[in-house]
Amino acid sequence: MLSRTADNLYWIARYMERAETMARLLEVGARMSLLPSAHGYRNEWDSLLQASGTAGGFAQKYRHARQRDIESYLFFDLDNPSSVASCIGRARENARIVRTALTAQVWDAINTAYQELRALERTPRDRLELSRLIDWTMNKAAIIRGSIDTTQLRNDGWDFLNLGYYLERSDNTARLMDVKYYVLLPRVEFVGSGMDNYQWATLLRATSAHRAFHWAYGGEVTARKIADFLILNPQCPRSLVSCMDGICGHLKRLEKAYGRPSRPREVAEKLATELEALSVEEIIEEGLHEFLSRFILEAANLSGVIFESYLSGDVR
Amino acid sequence: MTTYFNEMYEKGRVRPHYRQLEDWTKAMPAELREMKQAEAEALFRRIGITFAVYGEGGDPDRLIPFDMFPRVFTAREWSRLERGIKQRARALNAFLCDVYGRGEIVRAGRIPARLVYRNAAYEKSVVGFTPPKGVYSHVVGVDLVRTGAEDFYVLEDNCRTPSGVSYMLENREIMMRMFPELFRENRIEPVDSYPEKLRRTLASVAPAKCSSDPTVVLLTPGHFNSAYYEHSFLADLMGVELVEGADLFVEGEFLYMRTTEGPKRVDVLYRRIDDAFIDPLCFRPDSLLGIPGLMDVYRAGGVTICSAPGAGVADDKAVYTFVPEMVRFYLGEEPLLNNVPTWQCGKEEDLKHVLANLSELVVKEVHGSGGYGMLVGPKSSKDQIAAFRARIEADPDNYIAQPTLALSTTPTFVNEGIAPRHVDLRPYCLVGERIELVPGGLTRVALTEGSLVVNSSQGGGVKDTWVLAE
Repeated sequence: MLSRTADNLYWIARYMERAETMARLLEVGARMSLLPSAHGYRNEWDSLLQASGTAGGFAQKYRHARQRDIESYLFFDLDNPSSVASCIGRARENARIVRTALTAQVWDAINTAYQELRALERTPRDRLELSRLIDWTMNKAAIIRGSIDTTQLRNDGWDFLNLGYYLERSDNTARLMDVKYYVLLPRVEFVGSGMDNYQWATLLRATSAHRAFHWAYGGEVTARKIADFLILNPQCPRSLVSCMDGICGHLKRLEKAYGRPSRPREVAEKLATELEALSVEEIIEEGLHEFLSRFILEAANLSGVIFESYLSGDVR
Repeated sequence: MTTYFNEMYEKGRVRPHYRQLEDWTKAMPAELREMKQAEAEALFRRIGITFAVYGEGGDPDRLIPFDMFPRVFTAREWSRLERGIKQRARALNAFLCDVYGRGEIVRAGRIPARLVYRNAAYEKSVVGFTPPKGVYSHVVGVDLVRTGAEDFYVLEDNCRTPSGVSYMLENREIMMRMFPELFRENRIEPVDSYPEKLRRTLASVAPAKCSSDPTVVLLTPGHFNSAYYEHSFLADLMGVELVEGADLFVEGEFLYMRTTEGPKRVDVLYRRIDDAFIDPLCFRPDSLLGIPGLMDVYRAGGVTICSAPGAGVADDKAVYTFVPEMVRFYLGEEPLLNNVPTWQCGKEEDLKHVLANLSELVVKEVHGSGGYGMLVGPKSSKDQIAAFRARIEADPDNYIAQPTLALSTTPTFVNEGIAPRHVDLRPYCLVGERIELVPGGLTRVALTEGSLVVNSSQGGGVKDTWVLAE
């Protein structure tokens, strides 16, 4: 497969996963802002911009963090490279470039999402409930993911699509958990309070893992259990361990299909092994934020190695 | 008042091969037609068959208007066209081999040396090189118009990279999907073998250095190109990689593409970009679309480029005048298809005639395309004609003129119902080890009443084109 084609496939998946995360982040923000909070809603929304890595861009455009502006910025704004609209636009552009590597169903799903997005952009903003936008995004992401799962050939293209999904998802899970860190940063005494747990529960909702969490753990929602669930539990589809497992699996498939040893596979397995050996106590000992920041960096390093080996076309 | 040949009606009576279509339209109420038209548009948009119009802003994903009323040829009409088109494609390729070789036709005084060797499209870097199987132009698009029952004229030849074949294929797909009953009732020759035939044609001209099953790729300028949809569509149906310049590189005596498994050799390059851009070392140094060193590999027989660099010298509007001469010279046959009588403004006699009759002629730039830079005399104002006169006088060599042809009409769906509109036809002739032509082509239709300009960039539309089986 052409390296550029692999690169396009990989980015289709990354952008779609990112669009979905943006929608989830918006949901977290909207829910958190409904809480009676000591610092007013502004603080929650600020933390959301921090976690999505868009605070700088937002500050350049707006003076204050108003909920409405943040919603527009995270959903519609094409100046924000991570907005839902930007992500879906780019996913579609990448898909248009590699139409030949996608099934008709996958192209159709992506193109339909894009056409509907353009219709949403033309709709007056006051007729668009945030909840509707969030649902719409989740829905489109699911249809695209589903059409990939049910129709794409299980060849190397399939591996690159999935590598994109898993890498982006691991990064995003880490960032979503980090929102929590930013929210609590100013008032450490909240840790472990009733409010704290409510916010954690909101995080679970945002990862569509509320019910799953109860099946897996039961009882009280605590920070410790949630960290364990979203980082270490292989049953949770969005946990860092699950994502790393998926990444390793696809890199192994590539190594086998191409019949040549792969450095990305070595790097990924090392990272996965370290992660599996950790306990939640050790993570909290290190500091959740410190751990997550370190993980985000290591995952970025792994994407770099994958790029060098497969996507850049420089390998001989 | 000019009378135009109507392909469906003769003195108010429907011609036999259109009879079923007449019944079909009569049985279709206006609401159903509107519904079907909307459905067709939605299908085109959903499949993503759109094209970009240069320099205009607006909707970047514009649709070419699709007219649901098919255009029909009988088997007899088609077999005549087919022989004429194939004959022309053979003559054009013979001419190209000749002018990059011994130049017999010039020595024989049948075409002026200046027109060939001073031509901007004459490619000096390939002189003395003969491409595999002696083929320069692997896809020849012959633009035809009709003026009477038996009268067809060639408007121009496209020897480089004629576009539009994806519309021929998609128009058919959409018609079959929306009106299956039409295809059950009429015996319509299929066109869907085109991509496979194209792939076989390209594989048949693999270079001598290629020892195994040849790897064919399609080179596109990229996804911002207005014809990108077509490039991706053809690559997909042929089952070949769609590559950009940056995906390819030269090493040693071969061309390679960058893949996830390392470099893979490329044997045949079906390029949909102009000569000027394919190799920055040989042509435009500022080109980012091409592959440095490609021409060296090509001349050393490491890769075949389709169409071959330099093929453009056969399809320029001044050389066009001599194609009938080529048919006689190389094939020893009489041309089966007519040329439109053409005046060359570079000749003093002709220029005088042209300037005296501007309001009746069509004047075109020698290297123009897409309906840009042309004057349609009878449809232009005095001011427009005066302005064009100044342009011709400033650079007469750059213009040719032709009589305004009475282009045939076919019935077309318009707001008020059905009305005759002018059409042309572009069939796509494949030249490799064999010469092949699928029965059909792209019919372009001028949707504005009375207009004779069918180019999509000037508001033209497209139709499905049927060839009936015997």
